[in-house]
Amino acid sequence: MHIDSQSDPIIQMQQVSKWYGQFHVLKEVDLNVAKGERVVVCGPSGSGKSTLIRCINRLEEHQRGHIFVKGVEMNSNVKNIDTIRRNIGMVFQSFNLFPHLTVMENLTIGPTLVRQMKKAEAEKLAMHFLEKVRIPEQAHKYPLQLSGGQQQRVAIARSLCMQPEIMLFDEPTSALDPEMIKEVLDVMITLAESGMTMIVVTHEMGFARTVADNVVLMADGCIVESGPPGEFFGNPRHERTRTFLDQILKH
Amino acid sequence: MSAIQQISPPVSQLPFDGRQSWANWARINLFGGVAQTLCTLVIAVLVLKVGSFLLRWGVLDAVWYTTDPEVCKQAAGACWAVIAEKHRPILFGLYPYDEHWRLVLFIAIYLVTVVVSLTPALWNRRLLIPLWVVSFAAMTVLIFGGVFGLRYVPTSEWGGLPLTIILFSGTVLFGMPVAVILALGRRSHLPVARGASVIFIETLRGVPLITILFVAVNIFPLFLPAGMEINKLLRIVVGIAVFFACYQAEVIRGGLQAIPRGQYEAAASLNLTYWQTTRRIILPQAIRISLPAITNHIIAAMKNTSFVIIIGLFDILTATTAVMQDPLWRSFYIEAYLFVAFIYFAFGYSLSLYARRVEKWTDAGRV
Repeated sequence: MHIDSQSDPIIQMQQVSKWYGQFHVLKEVDLNVAKGERVVVCGPSGSGKSTLIRCINRLEEHQRGHIFVKGVEMNSNVKNIDTIRRNIGMVFQSFNLFPHLTVMENLTIGPTLVRQMKKAEAEKLAMHFLEKVRIPEQAHKYPLQLSGGQQQRVAIARSLCMQPEIMLFDEPTSALDPEMIKEVLDVMITLAESGMTMIVVTHEMGFARTVADNVVLMADGCIVESGPPGEFFGNPRHERTRTFLDQILKH
Repeated sequence: MSAIQQISPPVSQLPFDGRQSWANWARINLFGGVAQTLCTLVIAVLVLKVGSFLLRWGVLDAVWYTTDPEVCKQAAGACWAVIAEKHRPILFGLYPYDEHWRLVLFIAIYLVTVVVSLTPALWNRRLLIPLWVVSFAAMTVLIFGGVFGLRYVPTSEWGGLPLTIILFSGTVLFGMPVAVILALGRRSHLPVARGASVIFIETLRGVPLITILFVAVNIFPLFLPAGMEINKLLRIVVGIAVFFACYQAEVIRGGLQAIPRGQYEAAASLNLTYWQTTRRIILPQAIRISLPAITNHIIAAMKNTSFVIIIGLFDILTATTAVMQDPLWRSFYIEAYLFVAFIYFAFGYSLSLYARRVEKWTDAGRV
């Protein structure tokens, strides 16, 4: 299935620039993402790929350019930030579960506080998503009693409990032991198949090949190449892409 | 090689665990060499000497009950009779003698309320809020009087243990929320909130508690409009509390700094507001992290209440000093102070035991 991201973008990034002090981390980046599209962002470390997706829900502020999510511009307007964050879930490299709350409380705190859902209803919703990520039996444990793979699946379920339209994944498997990567990727594949709009920063090229509609390579704060996985992996246009793929696929 | 052997003693050299025989354990751990044997003997002699003195002075030769100080003077041991004789002015200070039963009730209600409030199984708003309201009202009525046919007793006549309890509880109840607000303020992105917190904390932390008490008692009233008066006891509680809050704020700030950025980001990505994030995510973890230091300051605050001696209030320690001026009994001040020390210790040690239990409960999630 190919989705034309130009005609119906749910996320539009136009000429987005950002600096950390003197360091120009994002250089006039353009990126459109359509509803239901799966975008994989890859690139060497320090290339700005995490910063790029963190700008979308304003964990980082961009300094130039425009970001629109469902037509609402992300700027310092608190109302806009609120509207946009309602539609976006995020999964982090280091899980960032709340260690003092049980798995169940981690999942219900958002719906009860932000959506004013009743506790019983929120717990029902939480169990639904815990079943989706295949760990309903862990509901009453604390995060640090779980394995890394289980924690990351809880984190995915926590985001899903807010029923977002878009999910951002910031290197979701990079902190995991190799034998746990698959269980997390499997959950993400299921999620992709359900039609969720996803932007995934990852080094998992197998995942990019099978799941992505669009693969984006970032280097030095710019998008170097983007295209469907067939073209991206089979016939890259840029030298930079070829060296990156060589480095990452060789071993 | 030898250095490694020194830091990791042989497995047998551990506290007695019941799996070996006593004799075997003692041979290895107490008499394992010339130096060790010597240490064991010296310590044993010291323990026996001090122990036997305490036993003779405190128990065998002690006078447990008499109304005649001469009997005590004849005896070689402690004069515990002084406590029976003087416990009422020690515990209740200048409070009118015939009304002491009100303070006994006051302390009983206080202890029940505290114990219930600190028992997690009873943490339930429908129980605690009415309990606090009723206890507070009852304690106020008991100690002030003036209604229900109770004689009115002004705060200047309050003293002893109830006064210590009021000073301490007031300090913690008023000081902890202020500490949290100051700690949050100091880390705020708003320049005004940050600046105000920094100035407040650094100024008050920079002066001795005694200065703050003097200001509260002598200087502060000068700034009030004519005819307006704020109760001296209240001024003192507020003074001690803000002093306590400044120290506690820095302790809590330490806990706040230990919270990883990811926690804020996760909360932001769930769209929690600042106050929701602070109250539900950040503060519980920050306070848990700084709990040992927080406990430390709370125990210190309990003992700091004795500073009120300098402004003429008779807390339990000052009351004891005053009571022991009695020429008939004054030579037995050690026994009286030991009694007061025991009360302080009972409070302080209960606090520290409780804090240790809280640390254990909240450890559940940290494997």
